[in-house]
Amino acid sequence: MSGAEVTKSNSQLIQKAMISRNYDRITSGECKVSSTFVPGNLNELLMCFDIANNLPEINAIQNAMRKKSGDMIQEAERSGHSEDVCTYVKADIGMMAKGNIAPNGKPFRDPDMLLLSYSGCFTFMKWFELLREQYKCPTVMLHVPYAADGQPTQNMRDYIVKQLKDEVIPTMEKVSGIKFDIDRLREYLRKSAQAENNLVWMLEQSKRRPSPIDCYFGGVYYMGPIFTAFRGTDEAIQYYDLLRLEIEERIAKGLCAQTLDGDMPEEKYRLVVEGPPNWTSFREFWQMFAEAGAVVVASSYTKVGGVYDYDGFRHDPDHPLESLADYCLGVYTNRNLPTRVDMLARNLKEYDADGLLINSIKSCNSFSAGQLVMLREIEKLTGKPGAFIETDLVDPRYFSAANVKNRLESYFQMIDQKRRAGGFITGNAAASA
Amino acid sequence: MRTFIGIDLGSTTTKALVLDENQKILGRGITNSRSNYDVAASVSKQEAKIGARFTLFHQALGDDGSVDVLLANLERNFRLEQFLAELVQLETSCDMYLDHPRFADTKNALREALAAVFRQIELEAPAIYAPGANRKSDFFRDIAGSRFMSLSEKVSKESGVSFDALLNIYDKSILDIEAMVSTDEMVAKQLLNGLSRAYRDMGGVNVSEAEAMVTLQKVLALELEETYVVGTGYGRVRLPFPKEHIRSEILCHGLGAHMMFPGTRTVLDIGGQDTKGIQVDEHGIVTNFQMNDRCAAGCGRYLGYIADEMKIGLHELGPIAMTATKTTRINSTCTVFAGAELRDRLSLGEKRPDILAGLHRAIMLRAMSIIARSGGVTDQFTFTGGVAKNEAAVKELRQLIKENYGEKTINISAESIYTGALGGASFAHRSVNN
Repeated sequence: MSGAEVTKSNSQLIQKAMISRNYDRITSGECKVSSTFVPGNLNELLMCFDIANNLPEINAIQNAMRKKSGDMIQEAERSGHSEDVCTYVKADIGMMAKGNIAPNGKPFRDPDMLLLSYSGCFTFMKWFELLREQYKCPTVMLHVPYAADGQPTQNMRDYIVKQLKDEVIPTMEKVSGIKFDIDRLREYLRKSAQAENNLVWMLEQSKRRPSPIDCYFGGVYYMGPIFTAFRGTDEAIQYYDLLRLEIEERIAKGLCAQTLDGDMPEEKYRLVVEGPPNWTSFREFWQMFAEAGAVVVASSYTKVGGVYDYDGFRHDPDHPLESLADYCLGVYTNRNLPTRVDMLARNLKEYDADGLLINSIKSCNSFSAGQLVMLREIEKLTGKPGAFIETDLVDPRYFSAANVKNRLESYFQMIDQKRRAGGFITGNAAASA
Repeated sequence: MRTFIGIDLGSTTTKALVLDENQKILGRGITNSRSNYDVAASVSKQEAKIGARFTLFHQALGDDGSVDVLLANLERNFRLEQFLAELVQLETSCDMYLDHPRFADTKNALREALAAVFRQIELEAPAIYAPGANRKSDFFRDIAGSRFMSLSEKVSKESGVSFDALLNIYDKSILDIEAMVSTDEMVAKQLLNGLSRAYRDMGGVNVSEAEAMVTLQKVLALELEETYVVGTGYGRVRLPFPKEHIRSEILCHGLGAHMMFPGTRTVLDIGGQDTKGIQVDEHGIVTNFQMNDRCAAGCGRYLGYIADEMKIGLHELGPIAMTATKTTRINSTCTVFAGAELRDRLSLGEKRPDILAGLHRAIMLRAMSIIARSGGVTDQFTFTGGVAKNEAAVKELRQLIKENYGEKTINISAESIYTGALGGASFAHRSVNN
């Protein structure tokens, strides 16, 4: 199953080389390094100070996909971390305990600073407290207020901008020895917006039948550069230009979504998925969908680093710091539940999906809290069936293949049954669907 | 005649059910799942076909009240014939294992001991299947196994033959027997022999033996064509069926519950290792479901574990719990922790029935959580799966539903263990007829 050759497109090969170069830069000792997180990351700002961007979540994912995270997590548990803690955290702590070797095989250098730019996940703060204790380096905790009323307010925006001016930028200047240049930031943000336009174009191609791409499993590859250390770079622009060409070619040929095992022969089910994927059995997990002919046409996880397709956000060179504030405020998990419900329900309708599938992550409350309520609400709004599976991020002990497969099969058959019964709209549901 | 078969390969038992052209249930069959699902599927299917032969025999004889007496006697005597045939196979298999080099020095002594044990079980067999006899299980392994254990112990004490050697031979041999599937010819012979046996000491039946014999032969000559077979349950992937013959047990339980109780909107199925909360619409189509994951506390196996801890039979748990005067609070949702809590409570002097009542409530609380996640309880509510036979579990469930959802119609069928197989058979029927 997992031993077979993986099919890779040019864009994937290029992305692999980009990630590899970034790890080489992080481990080279030739530049300052900041550790930061994916949601609401301030990559363009870091670039203004020539600081390399190291993302512990991505390291955990990389280790999970290489089947290394299990040992790391157990190492962290041996040192006293509870079973219930976010497994990204434990994979990171365990990686440090095991020599802190980066995916390129070289040891990570201690970071020169820790930059928390999204506090919607409380665990992030605890994680960085642990890292601060370990590295004793300057640590910036940018406080991002939760958009509890659905829309960020001007006060929230001003509050973040003030923190950027008073805390974040001065710390970066101190760490790097480089003076902040706002025009340099504007230039990077212009490039960000250029790549973001292509990203949104790409996301919307899965409205087609068949969808030329998978927006969950495939989506994590397509999201890679924009959510990590490349947003604002020429490399990202080139990557998304190439990706666009590839997708256009797929559309022209009428191909179904590309998977790790080649193109899906037939598209039988179109799903919207909420929640992160499982990384330790990523390929096996994807195969369960692909073998059934299920393609994910939209997912909340592809918005975890930032939301571009819901309310038209783009990084704005004319309002650089405000734009960074809006970006942090707008990430998916900083949205309140009604907004998330609206986002997913709109996806279901606009992408003509058969239903919503929730992958609930055992150790991630940022995503999991409220998911069942969301499921019910979305079912009510759209009249389309929902299903619920449970796995984990990077702990292999919590991926029960038989259980997941059983539920997925049940769900696909449930969709079939509903189709045969004459569509999805039952009872008083979805009067407006 | 055309038949439609559903097979539910559960973690503990495998069930099969045969429907006729008009979706009437002809027969049901059940067997242990063992480790070999192919065999379990074949055995349960054969058992369901036997059930079908009984139904057809009954139909052919008509509705004379005495026919029920005849059928009950035939059933007992057929099971006795079946038991004796399997016993012969078991003895043959045991004898073959005696050729193993490790038994070279004790072969003759062991053979004599085994012969003594088997002759005694043969002698006891009619009493096991006598009218009104109470059997703790209908599975050959359980009946023959328990008798073999106690008789071997006695024989080994008397003859000096190693008890462990006898058990070792039995353990190997029973696996061979469990891998055997009766052919239609064998079944026909056992049914005819059973009928002859039944007439030896049966009164109050208006049908003559000759008439019954001719009728049964006609029924046996009827071909039960397997028009379409649908498999479901955990072992479904092991079935030699094409993919379109496989259905998820969620859908099968939903449809099966709808077939039994058309007003059903919520279904709870507690099986050996999973608990499912299912919502269905007015057509039996699943609209929502939730399952336990990562932990099987609160499933049938939980009860099995508790029974082992208490050194009592699984079937005794419910009746003992029903004699409770209060319900002890059991906090743990983990089977092993609950076992520890159980011992702790016992050491504090709490009564066994009260603790058992608490354990049943703990299981049902877990089930209620799954039901809630699937969308709650909507009238009518149907409880299916093996645990639905446990009266204490049912009692706790009724109470919890009342506490949480108010007065609801709760459906429980004596045949609820076959719900998944019934759903599968209905899918089989729809595959051909819709």
